[in-house]
Amino acid sequence: MGEDGKKSLAMVVMSGDMDKLFGAFIIANGAAAMGMDVTMFFTFWGLRALKKNVKTGKTFFGKMLGMMYGGDIMKANPSKFSFGGMGRWMFGKMMGAHNVQKLNEMRDLALELGVNMYGCQMSMDVMEIPQESFIDGVQEPVGVGFFLLKAQNADIQLFI
Amino acid sequence: MSDETKIDLELDLKGLLCPLPMVRVSQNITNVPVDGVIRAVATDPGAMADIPAWAASTGHEVLSAGKEGDLFVFLVKRTK
Repeated sequence: MGEDGKKSLAMVVMSGDMDKLFGAFIIANGAAAMGMDVTMFFTFWGLRALKKNVKTGKTFFGKMLGMMYGGDIMKANPSKFSFGGMGRWMFGKMMGAHNVQKLNEMRDLALELGVNMYGCQMSMDVMEIPQESFIDGVQEPVGVGFFLLKAQNADIQLFI
Repeated sequence: MSDETKIDLELDLKGLLCPLPMVRVSQNITNVPVDGVIRAVATDPGAMADIPAWAASTGHEVLSAGKEGDLFVFLVKRTK
């Protein structure tokens, strides 16, 4: 149970894959709509889901990572049938034809519904992705201790 | 549910897919007074399971959920 007696959901989002991010945000939005307190902890490849389309990286490797894994959530490729971006385009078309919301709209809806999103401080440091590169509404970065406390008190814990 | 149930808000959820029908009902439930009723019309068959589950979780009440042709029609009462 959350602090105010509401049911709660605590989720790690490690994946940056389009399909897994869809799953994560659909569950988060559903949970928020059902009156649950939702925590999403974004780490490693998941961090890009929070990013604006800005350059990141301070060191040579950091800048290289920023180039190769840059952009924002709309750059997410499917975990299968990626084909160097073709898969993203194809799934985008298919989802559009079926009137599914876009990934960035799903994320923004989650923020609107009060879902709490946090970047993992350690992976932000390692990948040189600072808080300033995130969209508005993302909470200040936290560590695993914070997540575990949320997870201990949560009714549902997920790792995506 | 009889036809004379008073509807406070009509929600058009046609074309919306999971989880949006449930999200829209949730966003609009406070737009009707307590004991007020939303009539929601969806095309997503998944809503038939989701909206009653949403009600069970939030404590609001689904007065009726039924199929009318290609449409799924819900009467949802705000309980608190």
